[in-house]
Order: sequence, then C-alpha cells, then structure tokens
Amino acid sequence: MTPFVDVAFLILSFFMLATKFKPPEKVPIESPGSVNSDVLPANDAVMITIDSAGRVFYSVLDEKDPNFKVKVLNKLNELRALNLTKEQMDNFKNVYAIGTPFANLGQFLSASEDQQKVFPEAGIPVLDSATNELVWWINASQKAFSEEKGIKLKEILVKGDGRSKYPVFEGVVSALKRNEEFKYQLVTAQDGVPAGSELDKYNKKPEKN
Amino acid sequence: MASVDTGGGGGGHKKGPGVKKAKKLSTRIDMTPMVDLGFLLITFFIFTTTMTNPSALKLNMPKDTDKEEEQNKAKESGALTIMLGKGNNVYYYEGQLKVDAAGNNFKVTTMKKIREVILNKKADVLSRYTRNQACIDKKMNEWRTKGIQGKYLKDAEESCEQEDLVVVIKPNEEASYKNTVAALDEMSICRVLKYAMVKITPQENELIKATEAASGVK
Repeated sequence: MTPFVDVAFLILSFFMLATKFKPPEKVPIESPGSVNSDVLPANDAVMITIDSAGRVFYSVLDEKDPNFKVKVLNKLNELRALNLTKEQMDNFKNVYAIGTPFANLGQFLSASEDQQKVFPEAGIPVLDSATNELVWWINASQKAFSEEKGIKLKEILVKGDGRSKYPVFEGVVSALKRNEEFKYQLVTAQDGVPAGSELDKYNKKPEKN
Repeated sequence: MASVDTGGGGGGHKKGPGVKKAKKLSTRIDMTPMVDLGFLLITFFIFTTTMTNPSALKLNMPKDTDKEEEQNKAKESGALTIMLGKGNNVYYYEGQLKVDAAGNNFKVTTMKKIREVILNKKADVLSRYTRNQACIDKKMNEWRTKGIQGKYLKDAEESCEQEDLVVVIKPNEEASYKNTVAALDEMSICRVLKYAMVKITPQENELIKATEAASGVK
C-alpha cells in the first residue's frame, strides 16, 4: 500500500501548489469562450465586469498595493465632488468590485462588510451617454495612475457574462472611448483552436523572415 | 506505540517457569486515518481547482471621427457585413445592402454556420489576388523600421493577400455578449485581419426585426 499512498500524497501536493484561490466574486460570471491564449495581468489593471443582468461593476486590480484603489476613489471624489468622508474612502480598500451609482456610494461605503454583501447594487450606469458614470471611474483611474505611479493606464479588462446584452457592452466601450482608451482585453474562457481552421494552418506555417 | 523492552536483563538467560515473556509490540504505526485525511484533501482540491485559466481577447477600437478623410473606406467587392440579432440568428450581406424589387442580398444564417460564410468570402477575395511582391516588401520594411517584433514573412503575405477583405460586425440591441465575442473570435479563427465593430443602422435593424417577426424568433 505504501507506493499507492506515496502517489496519493504526490497528487495532493500538486493540487495544493497548483490551486490559486479566486478573489471573492460578487456575482458569478460565465465568460464566453475564445481561442485566444494571452495571459491576464493581475497588477496595474482595471477590470470592468458585466453580470448576466447587465449590471456593471468596476474594480482596480493591484495585488501589491491594496491602498491604490483608495487613491482612485480619492481622485473620483475630487473630480465629482461626491463629499465622501475619509472613513468611507478607507473602507473601499476591502471592496473588490463596486457597482453602485454615485448617489448611493456614501451609503454603500458606510455599511459594514456583511451589510455590503446584501446591499442592493444597481450597477454603474452606462446606458445613457449623459449619465454614463463609468466615464468618471476610468478618468479617475487614469489620473491616479499617472499621478501616483507615473505610468499610463494600460491594461483594461472587460469581463462580461455571455448572457448579458450587447447595449451594456456598447456603453462600456463608449465610456472607454470618451477617455481615449481604444485598446482593451476581453476576458474569456479558453477554447481549443479548431483543427483544420485557418488559424490552425497559420500557426503551423514556418516563421521565416 | 513503540516501546523499549526493558524486561529480562542478562541476555540469553532463561526465564523460570511461570514468567511470561513480554509481548513484543509492533513498531508500525497505523496510517489509515492519515491516508483517509490525505484522500479527503485530494478530493477537496480536485473540486475547488479550476484548471481552465481565463484568457484575454485583445480588442482595438477605432477613434470616432467625423472627418471624411480619416475614415477608412472598404472596397465593395471585399466587404462582408455580419449582423447579430436575437437568439443565435445571424444576418449578413456582401458589399452594399440592396433591398429592392430586383432582389435583395440580405441573408439569414445561424452562429454555427457563419464560419462557412466568412471562409467563402475570404476565398472569393483570395481568388482575385495575384502575388504582389512590392506589397510584401513594403509591409516587411514598415515592420522593420517600426521595430515590431513577432512579425514574419507569412504575416506580410497574408496581410497583402487580404488587403481588400473587411468584415463588419454589427450587433443590434438584442444580441447577446456571448455572440458578440463569438463573432470576434470567429475573426481570429478564420484569420480575418481587418474587421470592425460598428453601430447598426436603423434600416438594417428594421430588416432584422421584420425577418424575426416573419420566422417567429423569440
């Protein structure tokens, strides 16, 4: 039985090392599949999430500096005169994704962590160009990145649920366009390249100069 | 568990009658509970691990411009417009949209069959292409002077042969995000280099609505 147990523990250690726990997700997202295999960045990036009901959430991804998102909110507070208190802004550190319109932002951030879980979030409004609040979130992030880190906001991830409708995505795109951001990455589940397709043939061609 | 036998000093000395020999205890440990726990953990990690890593689909959008000269013009012979509607229905036409008594070129298909349509269009464009060395050299030079890495001769050849091919994707307000991504993904699968996502025109949307009403798509 000893070799058998040995193998079992080997598998166990493999799974323990290979597992990376997901950050707590507010809403389950079913990403559509694509054949692309670029790796997602985890730092210096912002992520826009669209859930199946079409609600938009915004998150600032920075594993190294969890206080950076507070600086983003700080900028937003200045830009839009939201009158948030310092405590409310510090509270933002523990929020993974925010999906509250500006009007309820103070209320949401004053709530305790347990209350936030059940807080009815309406999503960031994007559908109407006059009240597109995502524009300001991106604008504040751009400013925070250039002032605090001295770099440009490069990595913009859009993670949409397959069941959401196109107009929400269009609203997100228009918010990005208004901030002069034209390059972004759509988060997808990875699919295999269909055998015999044009892409497959292309990948097999030699790379001579 | 393990114990040291201290009894019976004077090695080899025979014990007298009635003196029982101390029971020799096994030095082996019962490992069953540990193994049980090990397997429990394996099952836990197997179920919680998601092996499929999310990947990223890169998307470049053009800047909105009103200036006529900045807008890209597509050749009619190489243009294919794909419109996404309710459900998995896909509508398409080649070149300019023509809807009149003489006949229209507005066609209906499904998401699964759209690859065939794209490949047919691509083959059609490629059949009209004759190898253009000047174009290939120009592309290679451009990449070299700009210092773009990861571009090879095959890319230059490909880019020249589909100079005229442009696919326009127009999702309407009822199209799902899944199908939008699937259409973009189809561009990578079919190696269409020039494609754009454009807002649908009211005329096209009306045609979709009419077709949906006629065929009873919910």
